[in-house]
Amino acid sequence: MAIARFWRETPRRYNLGGSRCTVCTTVYFPPRSVCPTCTTHRQSLGKMEPFQLSGDGEVVTFTVVHEAANGFEMLVPYALAIVQTVEGPLLTGQVVNLRPEDLQIGLKVRATFRKLREEGPAGVIHYGYKFAPKEEAAMAPRPGRGSEQAPAASHAPEPSRARA
Amino acid sequence: MRDVAILGIGMTKFGELWDRSFREIGIEAGFQALVDGKLSSRDLGALYLGNMASGAFLEQEHIAPLILDYAGLASHHLPAIRVEAGGASGAMALHEGYLAVASGAYDFVVVGGAEKMTDVSDTEASRIVDATADTEWELVFGATLPALWAMIARKHMHEYGTRREDLAALPVHDHLMASKNPLAHFRNKVSLEQVINSGIVADPLGLLDCAPLSDGAAAVLLGPLESARKYTDTPVKIAASQVACDTMALHHRRDLTTLDSTAVAGTRAFSQARHKPTDVQVAEIDDAYSIGGLVALEDLGFVAKGEAGLAMRDGRFFGKGTTQINTSGGLKAQGRPFGAVGVAQVVELVRQLRGDAKDRQVAGAQVGLAHSVGGTGATSVVTIVERVN
Ligand SMILES: [Zn+2]
Repeated sequence: MAIARFWRETPRRYNLGGSRCTVCTTVYFPPRSVCPTCTTHRQSLGKMEPFQLSGDGEVVTFTVVHEAANGFEMLVPYALAIVQTVEGPLLTGQVVNLRPEDLQIGLKVRATFRKLREEGPAGVIHYGYKFAPKEEAAMAPRPGRGSEQAPAASHAPEPSRARA
Repeated sequence: MRDVAILGIGMTKFGELWDRSFREIGIEAGFQALVDGKLSSRDLGALYLGNMASGAFLEQEHIAPLILDYAGLASHHLPAIRVEAGGASGAMALHEGYLAVASGAYDFVVVGGAEKMTDVSDTEASRIVDATADTEWELVFGATLPALWAMIARKHMHEYGTRREDLAALPVHDHLMASKNPLAHFRNKVSLEQVINSGIVADPLGLLDCAPLSDGAAAVLLGPLESARKYTDTPVKIAASQVACDTMALHHRRDLTTLDSTAVAGTRAFSQARHKPTDVQVAEIDDAYSIGGLVALEDLGFVAKGEAGLAMRDGRFFGKGTTQINTSGGLKAQGRPFGAVGVAQVVELVRQLRGDAKDRQVAGAQVGLAHSVGGTGATSVVTIVERVN
């Protein structure tokens, strides 16, 4: 994936920053500029505010991927899940720190900040959220808490910053 | 809006067509449809071409005029229009062609669908088709199309007790039907055990739960029903053509075991056609991933929600019940050239309604339904066709 295209969404992938409709209070991730819930969508225009997800959630469904997506070949087999966050929004991410056979629907998880994949001959590394069983994740750096291990989300898209 | 009929059909062999170019297969299918419909190309109003990713597969965009040109029609200066909707590209092209004739904008149009997927490596091809899901919020985290469908399967198994062997039953049926279809990508039969034990792609889906990457093209000739008898003895009416869309990412859906886009397109189509699921004798269901076929049967109302697994176990759609599915071999075994799939489904329905499906023929087929999906269901297209007596 082109670097600029990845980096544009980096703050959200680092910090789980979503948005909330101030008209109907529904929370969205990734952030939206128009609320799909409000019956007259236009009434939410300009009334969406930033909203921080905690990173806590529960596995709604999952799979163990054996034929990797582009750039994930080194990780197979890896666990992938749809997680419902405690604030409401659902999102897709890998589940780490457990044996794939221990993964189950209903497992409580917490987002953790990880390397997603390396790309291209320059070895550009993409970072973002993964999930870990909640007790496991308690020790790990959490997105949205300004973790020192995490490159700051506000940095401009410079490839050099993304190296290991 | 006036009634629209299918006057002619054409289709190439599906498979790994290493020795044939995109232009060749596109033209072959299109001319077959014209010849079958006994229409002079001078009388054509437009060409619609379903194609998902010629740029990524062939480094060639702008392919609708290219096909028109190599069909010898450049000097006619017809409008040639490419349509893209992921795996539903062909079905969407048919929808556009249908609307054009129904509205009276054009009298006769050829709707083609074509894809050439095997010129690139399997890895590269998978990367290209994965992009019909949400690149920024699904793929970037390690999702693939089969992985997303696998998560639908897992949820369906959890909610409704659907079994691994229920999923496997559909590819087994598809391969059996494709063994009777000379144009199919795969002609071999497979057993339940072979499907269940095929290499895991994304648990619980194995390699034999997933449709192949194929080359191929298909085409239909459309015209007004009122003058159809001048061109064919066996016109088939398009009784409904409906499209519905939904969220791009699977995780944003209302229910992970239902494709609302399919349910809504199906409801609209049955309403337009004034039919119900039990009126349908032959259905071509999108089963690019085995679970997709099961979910579609529920979403289209052929079985109650959660009962598709049971129906698979009973063989309800494999020769016993009122509706027979995927007599072509489906996406799984007839093949999956993305842009051609939706058109090829309708080609098979026309063969069935004409009584031309040979040893795949469903006796007395009167009404047929085709269902095609883009991505994990951000787009669904449902087409209902009917024999004109
Ligand atoms: Zn709202």
